[in-house]
Amino acid sequence: MKANMKKDCNDCGAEINVASDAMAGEIITCPDCGANFEIIEKSDLKIEVKPAESIGEDWGQ
Amino acid sequence: MVEFCIIYDKVRFEEKELYDKARRRGLNTHIIDAKSISIGTNSKKNDLDLGDIVLQRSISHYRGLYLTACLEFLGFLVINSFKVGEICGNKLLTSIMLAKQNIPTPTTHFAFSSESLSNLINKTGFPLVVKPIVGSWGRGVFPLRDSEAANMIVELREEDDNPLSRIYYIQEMVKRPPRDLRCIVVGDRVVAAVYRYSADKEWRTNIARGGRTEEASITKELEDITLKAAKVVGGGVLGVDLMEDDTRGLLVHEINNTVEFRGASKVAKTDIANAIIDYSIEAARK
Repeated sequence: MKANMKKDCNDCGAEINVASDAMAGEIITCPDCGANFEIIEKSDLKIEVKPAESIGEDWGQ
Repeated sequence: MVEFCIIYDKVRFEEKELYDKARRRGLNTHIIDAKSISIGTNSKKNDLDLGDIVLQRSISHYRGLYLTACLEFLGFLVINSFKVGEICGNKLLTSIMLAKQNIPTPTTHFAFSSESLSNLINKTGFPLVVKPIVGSWGRGVFPLRDSEAANMIVELREEDDNPLSRIYYIQEMVKRPPRDLRCIVVGDRVVAAVYRYSADKEWRTNIARGGRTEEASITKELEDITLKAAKVVGGGVLGVDLMEDDTRGLLVHEINNTVEFRGASKVAKTDIANAIIDYSIEAARK
């Protein structure tokens, strides 16, 4: 079983724990500042993220 | 072999579950970010590598709806179709479709200005429930128990930039136990039914509001009304929400076209993701 990965928060620099089975499109949240990031690419070596879209009025069902 | 595509704009439990299970079954499965797609009137189906059937799973109603329109324009088979998404994503359209086909549903009024809302309330009295026409997770759903609450909602809505905020969807407050029912429909089957209980100090039953689920029996009565309601809006993969009225029995109050089934899958006997995949394969072969 693969180990979880670490990613530094783009906003505050705190360490975000990323589940081993996380995939592109999932949202990760910084435990320190609460910023949300969308995973855009993930390999065994690196994780690329971008700021996540904020929740829209038309989200969810 | 059927090639299967899941369109998302945010991967949740449901998209991951569908993707993992489809791959485990050996299906050629694509998972594509809706935000990465652009389509023109001169586009061709072959420009996009989406396979035989597309499962529209965007969390944003409008993004999913209009992307579905474009994909259907290119000739893709999309579950659910644009027509289904248009009706189910809009509570006003859903309510009038249900009423038109005599599906038991709460009495609902539509007012097209704050003045007409005021006149309406003078006739109906309180309590009532106000809901936004588009939107979910219980956002903007409030009980109106007196004029003070109604005035507050009107003031907030009038200041809002969204033109839909000036259309008031007002429903009777159904006398029900502190729960509702969510039935997951896949084609012509109810594959799961759960009770959704509201959280402590919360009136809404949405899981997003801390509600909890409990397995419900799929009785003949529940199955019949659920399948009839699903058919009225065009069928497909749907979440039909019902309330148990103290005197009238089951009432359908909402139908979801991008159904979230995390809560239901914890208690359901049927594997919901696999049922959706089976239905999609079948639809692609037709």
